[in-house]
Amino acid sequence: MVEEESLRVVRCGGSELNFRRAVFSADSKYVFCVSGDFIKVYSTATEECVHILQGHRNLVTGIQLNPKNHLQLYSCSFDGMIKLWDYTDGILIKTFIVGCKLHALFTLDCAEDSVFVTINKEKPDVFQLVSVKLPKSSSQEVEAKELSFVLDYINQSPKCIAFGNEGEYVAAVRDFYLSVYFFKKKTTSRFTLSSSRNKKHAKNNFTCVACHPKEDCIATGHRDGKIRLWRNFDDEKKYTYTCLHWHHDLVMDLAFSVTGSSLLSGGRESVLVEWREAAEKNKEFLPRLGATIEHISVSPAGDLFCTSHSDNKMIIIHRNLEASAVIQGLVKDRNIFTGLMIDPRTKALVLNGKPGHLQFYSLQSDKQLYNLDIIQQEYINDYGLIQIELTKAAFGCYGNWLATVEQRQEKETELELQMKLWTYNKKTQGFVLNTKVNMPHEDHITALCFCNAEKSENPTLVTTSKDGHFKVWILTDDSDIYKKAVGWTCDFVGSYHKYQATNCCFSEDGSLLAVSFEEVVTIWDSETWELKCTFCQRAGKIRQLCFGRLTCSKYLLGATENGILCCWNLLSCALEWSAKLNVRVMEPDPNSENIAAISQSSMGSDLFVFRPSEPRPLYIQKNISREEVQWGVFVPRDVPESFTSEAYQWLNRSQFYFLTKSQSLLTFSTQSPEEKLTPTSKQLLAEETLPTTPFYFILGKHRQQQQDDKLSEALENELVQLPLTENIPAISELLHTPAHVLPSASFLCSMFVNSLLLSKETKSAEEIPDDVSMEEEKESVDSDEENNFTEEVQDTNNTDLGKDIIHQLSKSEEKELRKFRKVDYSWITAL
Amino acid sequence: MGEFKVHRVRFFNYVPSGIRCVAYNNQTNRLAVSRTDGTVEIYNLSANYFQEKFFPGHESRATEALCWANGQRLFSAGLNGEIIEYDLQALNIKYAVDAFGGPIWSMAASPNGSQLLVGCEDGSVKLFQITPDKIQFERNFDRQKSRILSLSWHPAGTHIAAGSIDYISVFDVKSGSAIHKMLVDRQYMGVSKRKCIIWGVAFLSDGTVISVDSAGKVQFWDSATGTLVKNHLIANTDVQSIAISDQEDSFVVGTAEGTVFHFQLVSVTSNSSEKQWVRTKPFQHHTHDVRAVAHSPIALISGGTDTHLVIRPLMEKVEVKNYDAALRKITFPHRRLVSCAKKKQLLLFQFAHHLELWRLGSTVATGKNGDTLPLSKNADHLLHLKTKGPENIICSCISPCGSWIAYSTASRFFLYRLNYEHDNINLQRVSKMPAFLRSALQILFSEDSTKLFVASNQGSVHVIRLLEGSFKHLHTFQPQSGTVESMCLLAVSPDGNWLAASGTSAGVHVYNVKQLKLHCTVPAYNFPVTALAIAPNTNNLVIAHSDQQVFEYSIPDKQYTQWSRTIQKQGFHHLWLQRDTPITHISFHPKRPMHILLHDAYMFCIIDKSLPLPNDKTLLYNPLPPTNESDIIRRRTAHAFKISKKYKPLLFMDLLDERTLVAVERPLDDIIAQLPPPIKKKKFGT
Repeated sequence: MVEEESLRVVRCGGSELNFRRAVFSADSKYVFCVSGDFIKVYSTATEECVHILQGHRNLVTGIQLNPKNHLQLYSCSFDGMIKLWDYTDGILIKTFIVGCKLHALFTLDCAEDSVFVTINKEKPDVFQLVSVKLPKSSSQEVEAKELSFVLDYINQSPKCIAFGNEGEYVAAVRDFYLSVYFFKKKTTSRFTLSSSRNKKHAKNNFTCVACHPKEDCIATGHRDGKIRLWRNFDDEKKYTYTCLHWHHDLVMDLAFSVTGSSLLSGGRESVLVEWREAAEKNKEFLPRLGATIEHISVSPAGDLFCTSHSDNKMIIIHRNLEASAVIQGLVKDRNIFTGLMIDPRTKALVLNGKPGHLQFYSLQSDKQLYNLDIIQQEYINDYGLIQIELTKAAFGCYGNWLATVEQRQEKETELELQMKLWTYNKKTQGFVLNTKVNMPHEDHITALCFCNAEKSENPTLVTTSKDGHFKVWILTDDSDIYKKAVGWTCDFVGSYHKYQATNCCFSEDGSLLAVSFEEVVTIWDSETWELKCTFCQRAGKIRQLCFGRLTCSKYLLGATENGILCCWNLLSCALEWSAKLNVRVMEPDPNSENIAAISQSSMGSDLFVFRPSEPRPLYIQKNISREEVQWGVFVPRDVPESFTSEAYQWLNRSQFYFLTKSQSLLTFSTQSPEEKLTPTSKQLLAEETLPTTPFYFILGKHRQQQQDDKLSEALENELVQLPLTENIPAISELLHTPAHVLPSASFLCSMFVNSLLLSKETKSAEEIPDDVSMEEEKESVDSDEENNFTEEVQDTNNTDLGKDIIHQLSKSEEKELRKFRKVDYSWITAL
Repeated sequence: MGEFKVHRVRFFNYVPSGIRCVAYNNQTNRLAVSRTDGTVEIYNLSANYFQEKFFPGHESRATEALCWANGQRLFSAGLNGEIIEYDLQALNIKYAVDAFGGPIWSMAASPNGSQLLVGCEDGSVKLFQITPDKIQFERNFDRQKSRILSLSWHPAGTHIAAGSIDYISVFDVKSGSAIHKMLVDRQYMGVSKRKCIIWGVAFLSDGTVISVDSAGKVQFWDSATGTLVKNHLIANTDVQSIAISDQEDSFVVGTAEGTVFHFQLVSVTSNSSEKQWVRTKPFQHHTHDVRAVAHSPIALISGGTDTHLVIRPLMEKVEVKNYDAALRKITFPHRRLVSCAKKKQLLLFQFAHHLELWRLGSTVATGKNGDTLPLSKNADHLLHLKTKGPENIICSCISPCGSWIAYSTASRFFLYRLNYEHDNINLQRVSKMPAFLRSALQILFSEDSTKLFVASNQGSVHVIRLLEGSFKHLHTFQPQSGTVESMCLLAVSPDGNWLAASGTSAGVHVYNVKQLKLHCTVPAYNFPVTALAIAPNTNNLVIAHSDQQVFEYSIPDKQYTQWSRTIQKQGFHHLWLQRDTPITHISFHPKRPMHILLHDAYMFCIIDKSLPLPNDKTLLYNPLPPTNESDIIRRRTAHAFKISKKYKPLLFMDLLDERTLVAVERPLDDIIAQLPPPIKKKKFGT
């Protein structure tokens, strides 16, 4: 085991997919989108992320296909670099260093070896469009300093710039101006909307622009919802425009179809409008897209559209306006009230999602698994409307139960409160509403928790409220004559001196319940609901409360608002230790005794990991984030890591994720970002690129066979050995060499047939390159999900083998097997 | 300005008739407009859009088509099946010819002006030869199944397109046979309508036929192959009219929703010669159906059921920013419909087919400036005088003493004697009016109500002495030899010595009534006269022209007055010249000889000749200075033009006595309320 690198805070997905327009590959098989510092390559058919192109050191701000080679992709970033990628293999080809912050990227078919970027030099709000000459050089990193100025005083957003008529002109909009620069004539025409001058509150600011691909026609979107189609703009006097008006709020983006026969527009209405023939009466709609349309892009083949939405999602839409795929990232545009939770079943991160929904987000694959509609009411997007908020949620009984609390408060005295309990339905694989409690408390609910003890047969839920009570809810038979229906009823109401109940927590075995009433912590026996004892430190209101785990289960921890962390011994009923620490987040690790606390100071947030039994922290990381950390959670690892270093041992069994105020989801990692590329994604790609032709059965099927082989080999089973075609150089040569350079078929035939014959020495093991073991050792932290995945693949593929065989494997065999699964075979396709 | 008690009259229940046809004449830059009551008006677009001529309507002569031929000749056709030619000099109908095809729906003159084509109810298209003094039937084209609603000539004159119901026919003019029949899709937004009416067609020189129909479509057809080339669905309702520019690079269509759409021929890309028709700007200046559109080189002209004539200039065609560049909306006729008997406080309102006589209300209350005084006695509707026959009233007048009413139609002249006995009115018609008085264009009584002046359409002015219950024809001022131009405006001096008469274009003639001879002629001016008046005592003739110039001419001295010369030298304020409605009435204050009172539809003005003239830097429309300000400031900001825009639209304003004004207003909302309801459109957010 190599020595670990130092622990770093890394962003773990959840970045904006909707920051820029998505770009389609030329064959519409892939769609690219920027995602933080990365570029993600998604398959349009399966919605699966195929590649993550990593290499930029700052936010990626623009991507475009290379017009000269549509298998390559240009990208630009705030780090001042333009990179050229081979997206089919996920390889960085070249880096051009420009030097200044690049805000947007444009490419042109006709522009020889130059691209256009938006830069900002002097004033903060003044942007220039410049063309960058990309020098021809064989080296990997090239300086590209030859900038030539095209347009000044333009808008930062790439939506406000469009190239038209095969690069004859470029149109840029800003405020009330439309500027058109003609490359041949080297002149700029500027058109000002007249009403901007004489009407004080004119709302016809330009918001976006698009150019017709075939004709001299510029479409502009406006803040008042109008779309203007400009023509004859090469004559500053004779120019003319048409209005199309359907949107009632600003037009967010516009795109022409590839032939120019239709125009697409979208905005806050969440409706994609297709204007056919640019006629006002001839329009089609795709409504109910869920959230504001931020960007629209059109595939070069013309068969697909893609809309990016404000809730961090992309929808792939067919030419006939049918949504075919949804790529959903972490929804981040609202406040997180529920905090971070882990769904015990799917191991997904659960938090507030769309308005009124809980989102289940897979941390491993960086995508949303599903949305659970909690409020179940039509969301009306209107400014100033007071919405129902989903404020609390908790999972109980290994994910069998979910409790949610929603509230709406229009005035001080009018509180609408509702608690819902959802049961997991195995048949539908989803949560079904079981009990709805109107006004479970008189005032805001401050906390709720399930009793998750293993021995408890009756599910129990505790809610605490500002009204001074805590309520115990238990699952009972409902008033059904068949006694089959179950529902939740209130079992016990407790209070303590009319103090507001602020927090609650069950001990690990479920025998004790701790409820904090402002400054006082009360301990209750969960069998009899008797008050056992109270702790009071007079150190301010209790903000966080939790029991220790495993060997430390005799300890109770409480963090107060005054910045004191207290640890009480439940056996002696006395304060064990206390420390001065302004704890914002305190999370116990479910798999160990460790507790993570994040404190807030003026410098930033610091992380402390400690065990309740000793006041000395196990690990301290200062300044994990500049901003306030709002929520944190431990996510159990499927495969324990084996960090030998004392300081990192706390990360062996669980991973710690936390969410900052600006809603970036962060975690700790030791490995460098380049290693994060997962081999499974490469395999997926190879399989998918093959159409189902007779060749597919030679080349394509072997993917599964190969795994079978590995398996059978490992099991030393007496299964029929199938030939491993891709391991035979002759066949791969044959299939990958261009047809016109191959020798005649009769010459190759015998060799080909021979190669398909079974031979004893064809062992896959000898084909495995030497560096595999190296790769395996450096395997990423989150490779666990990839294991899950391959397991699933197996389950579906080798039904004949059956699960039982797999599960009968010994520990060592399993380890061996895993080794094989992690091997990257995708290099073979690259031959 | 002085303080006045103002009778604010809003009971003149005048509703203009809707516009049915509009025909633009490129050679003389004139616009002919026909209304649903058969009235035809001629607007001179060069003379600040002044309505210089009009032909009174007739109940049975609903015009359906209007066209110019040869630049000078105006034809109309209507549902009575007659083709009518108008005499633009004498302002009467030259002749009427029955086409013998039932009601005529459409008419088009050939591009060279020698032939006239009409489309009839029975499906026939008839070709007429235009001879110098008449038209002559030539032949019929192939008869179609249903009525021909629209016609258009190919600019070369070889083919015509005829829009019917559900199809468009293309005829060869030489053979008269239909060479193509282009069927129009009846479908409307997926729903099959009963019929698709082709409301308009336009034939372009490249052989393209543009059609507009009742399904809201604008379609482009290739007349060589008879195929549909392009389809623009622009409205949910009928597209009722189309007009194409002479250069064939732009056209305009009007819809039943009141929207006017502009289409332009623009090049597809800047470096290719390929061009395509593109719908560019919609204009919503109408509330009701746009029945007629016209395309002048610099403007789009539209008119419809809502009675407005809208002239929307094309900004890219207007060279300089003058009053051609402003949007114009013409609603009211540019002539007087109200006359006033000052002494008896009576108002005579002229409608198309009747006259109304009203006595003004009165009050005893007093109040501050700006107060609305309560009426102690309401206005009284004294008389409702209906005309006999189907003809519209051309003009009418009440004598200053209130005891005579005269009016004229195209064929007869009526004079009534009114006797007031307490509250009863005794109306007595003066019989045996001479035939030469008929079709009078203007009637005027002298100040002492003893003489009647009638301007006839033959260019002569008749002077008649009124006696108790009878009359005597005194004299006729004959027009100067050679001219047959009709006289439109009359003015008599308060002392009864002078009579001024003006025609449509030539100068103003001043006659000496005592000696019954022509005194002098005011030099002719480029723009037509819109109003005339002779000042008391000084006998200065004040003339307003359609370009907003005002002249003062001294009749005794036979020359322009010093003030008039000064203002001509200095020039009028630019805002004054930019007003878009003509001055329709001029009057004088009996006690303040330096004041001239005049008004147009949107303002009332008192010109104080004693004050300095405004230059372009001073504020023309200055609000009334607050009374508490010192006289010095008031004097410094004061200039000769004192303008009030309080009353609008103003149809008539006159001084009843020294301290009382009467203003007749006609709010546009009241007119709209009397129109048929417009097509309901869903408005977003309601």
